[in-house]
Amino acid sequence: MNRSPLLSIRDLKVELPHAGRWFPAVNGVSVDLQRGEALAVAGESGCGKTLLGRALMNLLPETARLSGSFFWEGRDLREASEKEWERIRGRHIAMLFQEPGAALDPVQRIGDQIAEVIRLHRTVSAGEARRLAVERLREVSFPDPESGVEEYPHRLSGGQKQRALLAVALAADPELLIADEPTTALDATVAAEVMELLSRLRERRGLALLLISHDLGLVARESVRALILYAGRVIEEAPTAEIFRSPRHPYTRGLLRSMPLLDPQARPGRRFDTIGGAVPDLFERAEGVCAFAPRCPERFEPCERSLPPLFETAGVQVRCFLYEGAGKGGTG
Amino acid sequence: MTEDGPLLLEARGLVKVYPLRRGAFGAAVGRVRAVDGVSLGVARGETLGLVGESGSGKSTTGRLLLRLEEPTAGEIRFEGEDWLALSGRALAKKRREIQIIFQDPQSSLNPRMTAGDQIAEPLRVQRLARGRQLRERVAALLSEVGLPPAAAGRFPAEFSGGQRQRIAIARALATRPKFLVCDEPVSALDVSVAAQVVNLLADLREKMSLAGLFISHDLAVVSRVADRVAVMYCGRIVEEGRTDELLREPLHPYTVALLSAVALPLGSGEAVRRIVLGGDLPSPASPPAGCAFHPRCPIARPRCREETPVLTQIRQGHAAACFFPGEFAAGPR
Repeated sequence: MNRSPLLSIRDLKVELPHAGRWFPAVNGVSVDLQRGEALAVAGESGCGKTLLGRALMNLLPETARLSGSFFWEGRDLREASEKEWERIRGRHIAMLFQEPGAALDPVQRIGDQIAEVIRLHRTVSAGEARRLAVERLREVSFPDPESGVEEYPHRLSGGQKQRALLAVALAADPELLIADEPTTALDATVAAEVMELLSRLRERRGLALLLISHDLGLVARESVRALILYAGRVIEEAPTAEIFRSPRHPYTRGLLRSMPLLDPQARPGRRFDTIGGAVPDLFERAEGVCAFAPRCPERFEPCERSLPPLFETAGVQVRCFLYEGAGKGGTG
Repeated sequence: MTEDGPLLLEARGLVKVYPLRRGAFGAAVGRVRAVDGVSLGVARGETLGLVGESGSGKSTTGRLLLRLEEPTAGEIRFEGEDWLALSGRALAKKRREIQIIFQDPQSSLNPRMTAGDQIAEPLRVQRLARGRQLRERVAALLSEVGLPPAAAGRFPAEFSGGQRQRIAIARALATRPKFLVCDEPVSALDVSVAAQVVNLLADLREKMSLAGLFISHDLAVVSRVADRVAVMYCGRIVEEGRTDELLREPLHPYTVALLSAVALPLGSGEAVRRIVLGGDLPSPASPPAGCAFHPRCPIARPRCREETPVLTQIRQGHAAACFFPGEFAAGPR
């Protein structure tokens, strides 16, 4: 690819303090996101996916320490001031949160929340901002947008709240939407509707998506490329279809096997394949070795001696010694 | 609905109505039929899956079966006995045979009590064991749910989410129940941990020939644990059948949509065409007239707006509440 990526993350690290020491919750993540692309960051709780998303919005908790860099169209955003961030958030990068109820301002009308974002980034009159707010609500298929702008969040259903939040997030025409578990709080049929709406809007606007989720079903449907995180590190990066067709890392394979897939042939009592144990606690992670080794059915001697780098095999990056020296000649 | 053989638990025409309150003084301004005429039966050793989305009434149904709440109408029989007529000591004694585990073990466990004390509590209250016998029973229960004996002395905060759910399961099994209600038992857990807990429940169910009701919004999880599945929508069961048959040939359009929202065949990397329903879930406080699903139904006709379809057997052991069962199917995969 010759075009410079929209977002380029290099060796990003987010550390949290505990008992006088720093612990890396996000540990050296590097990835590029192209304009209009849909990239998923998937993993279980404690893998660092939410902190990664917040770092990209400059919304980390105050106690956290950030290092590494991320570039927006070539410019290092680590150097942006809080004042500049106010221009970046909403206009270039916007975020859709898991709990739409908590992310909307409870005492402000929906229309005012949308208009506020518009007026922050464009000089328009109050009347024009309001007209645009109705437009935005219409765009997210909000029922009856003219009266919708007058509503307060608590009067809306979960699905309507998520639509309203999407309208707020997209109000200033951002180029990248970071969606952190956007459907976890929604029912299955409502979630399907919201995601369908989002993909239509993305197509129309050329909007890039960074989807952060533990839900592999959602990842399979909504992303073109995916990163699998484990204990703060990227352990696999590949085209999403490839991950589902042929997962490489033993963790990815285990995760896919333990997924509750619908199986029409399922006999009750048929057991799931499981990965033993659980994700290690942030403060109890062994450094300098493979973090998955203690749970890995395929571990061998090198895994407990050093940290595997990302090996490349046929366009897939995988952090596992099983792939050491395997097919280096893949396309990049 | 199984017609043959005595059922362990049987409910007929369950209704639960809540007053709808508004304003500072909580004046009742209406009524919500959270459960609106639910009938179900569970045989010994059998697991019935109860699937639905928010407001479908699935959790309320579970709570009614346990008598955590009293139904407004309907009857429940447990081992042939009128379960709603029991009171006082007879009820307390029988209660040990029906237990429940909840979604969030964080809030169902007491943070100030050790795991061992929480598991021992029902045994102590019911005077089923004491002293050394009690300690041995607790250790045996811990081992049954895959926890070491040392776990008895630790507090809930010292455990992970999956381990806490194991403690809640051990506590529910302490009185050797015959019927276990699981209300979204793995929804708060990570995928790999959830799979472990579902497997544990399946093991225990076989070992103890436990019958149960498995309540979940996730059809995929239910498909692994339930012999039969009942799908609820807006307070009613809209489809019920053997798990494999219901997944292969769903009859109700709502079940078809629900299946398409979760189905993801492994290996192909291709997702099933997703059926997108219009509109939001109905509020049970103001259910649509006729079939409650009609405003979102892709095949709704005038009749669906006027009449309410009742759950009718379409094939052997497979019932649906739809005037046009089986007419709407998911597109090609």
